[in-house]
Amino acid sequence: MPKAIVLEKYCKSCRLCVDICPMKIMSITEKTNERGYFVATCIDQDKCTGCTLCATVCPDVAIEVYK
Amino acid sequence: MKKVFERTKGLSDAHFTFCPGCTHGTIMRLIAEVMDELNIIEDTIGVSPVGCAGFCQDFFTCDFVGAAHGRAQAVGTGIKRSLPDKMVFTYQGDGDIAAIGTQHAIHCAARGEKITSIMVNNAIYGMTGGQMAPTTLEGMKTTTSPYGRDPISVGMPMDFPKIIANIPGAVYVASVSVDSPKNINKAKKAIKKAFQVQQAGLGFALVSVLSTCPTNWGLSPVDSLKWLRENMLPIYELGELKETEEVKSL
Repeated sequence: MPKAIVLEKYCKSCRLCVDICPMKIMSITEKTNERGYFVATCIDQDKCTGCTLCATVCPDVAIEVYK
Repeated sequence: MKKVFERTKGLSDAHFTFCPGCTHGTIMRLIAEVMDELNIIEDTIGVSPVGCAGFCQDFFTCDFVGAAHGRAQAVGTGIKRSLPDKMVFTYQGDGDIAAIGTQHAIHCAARGEKITSIMVNNAIYGMTGGQMAPTTLEGMKTTTSPYGRDPISVGMPMDFPKIIANIPGAVYVASVSVDSPKNINKAKKAIKKAFQVQQAGLGFALVSVLSTCPTNWGLSPVDSLKWLRENMLPIYELGELKETEEVKSL
């Protein structure tokens, strides 16, 4: 099953992954990381196709994709 | 399950110090991935500039030397000439390479130094608070051009890679953008070629990367990419502006 994992300590809540995801399954959560940013997460891993678009645009290299 | 995308070993564990959504991070990832793919991390010495990217030695796992403002290519020249087996690259913003460092960039290209330069063009001085740069677009509002850049008093934006492309010593000059996944992949190919040009010892290579500055542009990261696409792409021509026959056959 493909899945996108957000490495929370790197996320800066910029929403580029939320905007680019073709399945619209990336979202900013209420949870904050150690530096106070609301972290992004994949809210529906079952729908993830492993296309790596989120990881490609992430400027903080905070997303790992498994397929 | 296979990992199809992970943090490259060319990047350290440190988090980037840039503002949220700043595409400096994307460009650094591409450079780190290229170094990893060419297996040259151990043999590379980077030269860091002054500006937002001034701390870039913390983010890469290769060696680094810090240079004075605009002097990265002068320092890179010295390193390459004393250690010709090492790969040397400079990472500079538009204010560093196209304003204070113009003379060094032009003469580095004129001498045909066998180094690679990456220029990050976001049309503004980022770290110092959003002042007008030589690359600022016509009519663009910055802290030092609050009514928009007026071409009558300060001239038109400077397309720096085209200036370098006219110099015989520069063998590979490309202008790329990181506004979309497609352009990010093209940017990576250009950066890889620029490093291969150096490996083959052909001459000076420059890759100009159009980037965003959400904080000083006063836009969200998503809107910044849109603004780049709509306003910067028509002004700064993308593509391989110069490629000699030797580079083409690489």
